[in-house]
Amino acid sequence: MLVQFSTWDIVRNLLDAGKWTLALSLIAFVLGGIVGLAILFARIADNRVLQAATKAYIEIFQGTPLLMQLFIVFFGLSLVGIDVSPWLAAAAGLTLFTSAYLAEIWRGCVEAVPKGQWEASATLALTYPQQMRHVILPQALRIAIAPTVGFSVQVVKGTAVTSIIGFAELTKTGSMLANATFEPFLVFGLVAAGYFALCYPLSLYAKSLERKFHVAR
Amino acid sequence: MSLVKIAGLHKHFGTNHVLKGIDLEVASGDVVALIGRSGSGKSTLLRTINGLETTDKGELVVDGTALHDGKGDLRALRQKVGMVFQQFNLFPHLTAGQNVMLAPTVVKGTPKAEAQDIAKEVLLKVGLSDKFDSYPDQLSGGQQQRVAIARALAMRPKVLLCDEITSALDPELVSEVLAVVRQLAAEGMTLIMVTHEMRFAREVGNKLIFMHHGRIHESGDPKTVFADPQTPELANFVGAVQPA
Repeated sequence: MLVQFSTWDIVRNLLDAGKWTLALSLIAFVLGGIVGLAILFARIADNRVLQAATKAYIEIFQGTPLLMQLFIVFFGLSLVGIDVSPWLAAAAGLTLFTSAYLAEIWRGCVEAVPKGQWEASATLALTYPQQMRHVILPQALRIAIAPTVGFSVQVVKGTAVTSIIGFAELTKTGSMLANATFEPFLVFGLVAAGYFALCYPLSLYAKSLERKFHVAR
Repeated sequence: MSLVKIAGLHKHFGTNHVLKGIDLEVASGDVVALIGRSGSGKSTLLRTINGLETTDKGELVVDGTALHDGKGDLRALRQKVGMVFQQFNLFPHLTAGQNVMLAPTVVKGTPKAEAQDIAKEVLLKVGLSDKFDSYPDQLSGGQQQRVAIARALAMRPKVLLCDEITSALDPELVSEVLAVVRQLAAEGMTLIMVTHEMRFAREVGNKLIFMHHGRIHESGDPKTVFADPQTPELANFVGAVQPA
């Protein structure tokens, strides 16, 4: 059976797949943000064991390719008898990856708050959680907004790697279409345009935030 | 009965022995000036009084709250000891009023309306009642430092520590801050200050402490101590900072 694909068919299929890329990006970013926040608190806690454990976590995810992390989640779990769908493996893998990077970005932002802010709030008899909540985090948040939005671009592009474990997002759909239509240049050109359409606004937004918060301080 | 009592206080930074057995008593209403060369331990001593620097050995008691060998209830101590810093350290994301209200509401659980009244009262005391809603970056250095003083006063401390509070200010702004400190001293506030303003220390202080190599080298009434230093080190220091 030979099916003829019009250009519109290609675009329509890619748009459909683009929704999955977008969904995966959002899930990885939101869940990664939540996990990353937990990692952040452990990373900066006054506890050597927590510090060392979270440092190792961050180093492992930053020091290995995302592709290997996905392989390990996908094949590793099925090896121990847990059958995970490509969708679940992709979401879990990207969440872990995102959490490690965000925790590290945010740690930098917390440490960018001047030491005098810690001292002044300590002098006023605030407890550590009170210092964090009322003095340190509100300032770290301002610093963190621009790099966090900037990193979301990396997450969107990172979703492309999940095509390898068979998750049918933009890239995977693109390669299937390329095989079926014998028009790889057109198809991958459109795939690239799709990623660009997702990432470019984020980059612009990050830049404008950076400018805004830079002027404010 | 002294308000602040320090006995046999020792502190090391690694192998560096910075406080070598400090004994000091400060009575309520005293205005103490700590002077000495940089590295003499005067700032470190000041910062141990509210636990910003830990100590290795010795006793610190402020109004009945004690630290033995650096251990004790730090938060209870800090509620009795206010501190003002060289770099102001105001919270930049909060207005002047919010800076002042933060600790009373968060630490003491003071209701917001009451904390607001306290904030207005202490800002009025430092002459900034019209700056309640200004952010720190909208204020001059002198105004920021006065807000910092108000912020410390809002906790009703028994003693106020001042760590070179005019050193980061432009010369024309120094006097407005010193005027506030002078007024606090006149009202009977107990003050311990590290300062380079020798004339101010002599005028307002009733106790002068000269630190040298981690020890209290010489102390006494500022007027007599300045006029008649008993040790060559102090004579040398006084001569260096204010040539006759």
